[in-house]
Amino acid sequence: MRNLIAFPLLGLVALLQTSIISQVQLLSGYADLPLLVLAAWSLQGRVDSSWHWAVLICLLVGFISSLPLPVIFIGYFGVVLFARVLQRRVWQAPLLAMFSVVFLGTLSFHVLSFAVLRFLGTPFVFGDVLGLITLPSLLLNMLLAIPVFATIRDLSYWVYPVEE
Amino acid sequence: MNSRSLQTTIIFLVIGGILALAFSGALGSASRGFTSALVDIQTWISSRFLGFQDFFTAPRDIVTLRTRNAELEAQVSQLQAQVIELQQRVNETEILAALVDFSRSNPESTYKAASVIGRDPSTFLHYIIINRGSNDDIRRGMPVVTNQGLVGRIDAVIADAARIQLITDPASAVNVYLQNADTNAVLYGSVTGDLSLDLISQDVTVEAGDLILTSGLGGGYPADLIIGQVITVRSLEFELFQQATVQPAVDFSRLEIVLVITNFRPVDIAPLEPQATPAP
Repeated sequence: MRNLIAFPLLGLVALLQTSIISQVQLLSGYADLPLLVLAAWSLQGRVDSSWHWAVLICLLVGFISSLPLPVIFIGYFGVVLFARVLQRRVWQAPLLAMFSVVFLGTLSFHVLSFAVLRFLGTPFVFGDVLGLITLPSLLLNMLLAIPVFATIRDLSYWVYPVEE
Repeated sequence: MNSRSLQTTIIFLVIGGILALAFSGALGSASRGFTSALVDIQTWISSRFLGFQDFFTAPRDIVTLRTRNAELEAQVSQLQAQVIELQQRVNETEILAALVDFSRSNPESTYKAASVIGRDPSTFLHYIIINRGSNDDIRRGMPVVTNQGLVGRIDAVIADAARIQLITDPASAVNVYLQNADTNAVLYGSVTGDLSLDLISQDVTVEAGDLILTSGLGGGYPADLIIGQVITVRSLEFELFQQATVQPAVDFSRLEIVLVITNFRPVDIAPLEPQATPAP
């Protein structure tokens, strides 16, 4: 039942992303709070609702953003997949796993966005995208990864309390 | 009355008389010296007394002062918050006043003001979200301006909000007219938000500072909306067209309130465009 926190929380995350995070730019890049929340949630061992959260985030972001919906779905589902695989393999170092998921997730999401938008006719220059969007976004995502991970870990303890 | 009491009475009367004369100034300089000495002594005693009084009553006053200080600090904080709020209102009012002036000076269009409430979550796209939607008769394709110039056009609409594609978006292309050079060109956005002009004929002379307006060609935007000025021109002999970089009139990083032109309907000219026919 406590999983229903996903609706207000992810709604808040989407609002924060559009109203605040997207205004805090480094060059032309900014952090991706939905990606960070999703990665952190999926890395929690006891959590079994990460795919549900991914669907919800995809629908919310897809509703707001002009990015094609398949890109959003593949991008965020990819993040969950990375996180679930890594969580099983490096479960003793969750912060390392978080950094890895954020790094790989951000890169793959950007490569996918770049490829699809380029295919649809947007005249991107690879060097510009890499230097002005992807690398600054990656840096901001890495910086935000620690506080987001700590917050989401506490939330997971509340949603899935330890049985004694 | 015995002689002793009579003597005392006389002494009192004499001294009293002298004092009365002294206070009334009848004794001249001697009187003034006496009264001034008396006043000085009185002043000294009074000031010392007040000093002692302050010393002994100070602890109570510190408590009172601290309480009062806290009250005043709270009041200052409240007033500072009010000042910030009022400054924001003044800023909004200035923006709105400028927009009203703009709409009055362009009476051929009807406008709907909207506040910018967000930006696209994707870093690849330059879109903003406004707080007006189909309930306010906002429709897809309507141009969006500020008093400074063209902002973009409505890309998607829901009941109470709409998404605007800025002219700085990498996928945006606007047909423009260079006023001084009297020629048409196409304005493109980029990932950095910079604007550039392309498809400028090699036959025309374009200079820095040339004013750029919408041409109205293509039916996507009304004509004569200000976009910006040419900064630099790149003209190479072996290329078909000249290119130029553009300084936009609108500060896209500080968009707060925009105007949607509601009486403009974009024209879809796709059916009129020539179809590619296979070579015989």
